[in-house]
Amino acid sequence: MYDPIFADPRSLVLGAVTGLVFGFLLVRGGVTRYQVILGQFLLRDFTVLKVMGTAIVVGAVGIFAMRAWGMDIPVTVRSAQVYGNVLGGVIFGVGMTLLGYCPGTAVAAAGDGSRHALYGIVGGVFGAAIYAETHAWVNEKILRTADLGKITLFEVAHVSPWWVIAAMAAAAVIGFTLLERKERRSAAA
Amino acid sequence: MPDAPASHSGHWMTRGRWSPYVAGAGIGVLSWITFAFMGKGLGTSTTFVHVAGALEGIVARDHVESTGYYASAIVGKPIVDWQFALVVSLFFGALLAAKLSRSTFVEHVPALWSWRFGPSRTKRAIVAFAGGAILLYGARMAGGCTSGHAITGGLQLAVSSWSFLIAMFVAGIGMAFLLFGKAGRQHV
Repeated sequence: MYDPIFADPRSLVLGAVTGLVFGFLLVRGGVTRYQVILGQFLLRDFTVLKVMGTAIVVGAVGIFAMRAWGMDIPVTVRSAQVYGNVLGGVIFGVGMTLLGYCPGTAVAAAGDGSRHALYGIVGGVFGAAIYAETHAWVNEKILRTADLGKITLFEVAHVSPWWVIAAMAAAAVIGFTLLERKERRSAAA
Repeated sequence: MPDAPASHSGHWMTRGRWSPYVAGAGIGVLSWITFAFMGKGLGTSTTFVHVAGALEGIVARDHVESTGYYASAIVGKPIVDWQFALVVSLFFGALLAAKLSRSTFVEHVPALWSWRFGPSRTKRAIVAFAGGAILLYGARMAGGCTSGHAITGGLQLAVSSWSFLIAMFVAGIGMAFLLFGKAGRQHV
């Protein structure tokens, strides 16, 4: 299992550069702060939704445009094991509220000065180990009981992906415009 | 405000906070680059499995090799791979951002937490550890985290990722109100 320990240098350098930019953007976006993430869950500060929503819409437009132009863009969609996705998501949401970060932002938060994030990272390794030990059971009892395969929203709806992207972009533009207006009004009040 | 960004003005690279839309768009564009030139989407939580398996393997190698989940994730594959390098370097990217904006931010116990559960660092550390463990357990059951599922899967319009995203937000909101109540909104 330790053979090899390291991947090829090219992947490591590309991964490191990606992480450097990603960590930088997370800090600049404000999402490496406990108060900002809990502010989102308490529906007081919508920074997390703004960062994630914009990332998803901008990302989707580029990825589907590059596919349409015939570029070789891999499909890395994960299987819709619906019970696992939902139950895992619920467990994840509970853990994220207790820690105040998700796995990536915990590591970035540690770089941004959050000391308690470090305990969360160590806890994360522990949680991953516990999961590895219980995966066989989880797979049998939860994951495999509702596996719809690697499906996408546009395949389910039998439409072009661009309809889904357009709807998502429209929802983001309208939603964020209304949100900004509301925030300006309550800031003025 | 103790956690206010260190710098609001000056060169854009040294400004502590950008518009969340600009930062979000940047992450979206970063995804284009990783997909187009590296054949991968952003992700972090698999790396926690790599670390767990590598550490467990030091004391119980046979056990790790015979555990199915580790077998498919790390046995015969490099421990330190593209994503592992990404995760380690997340720390340094964030550190660089903090240093460039001359941030002196250090947090042992966040303000909201301290208001509700007191200033004990030990108590906060225990809950942070437990929270991290629950977080990664959920991520691995769901098949990804905020980056690997919500962003990378979300932008590919995956049913799995959107199910995860909605469940995560609903549970996070419920848990936050359970822990801090409506009064907590005055402390974030």
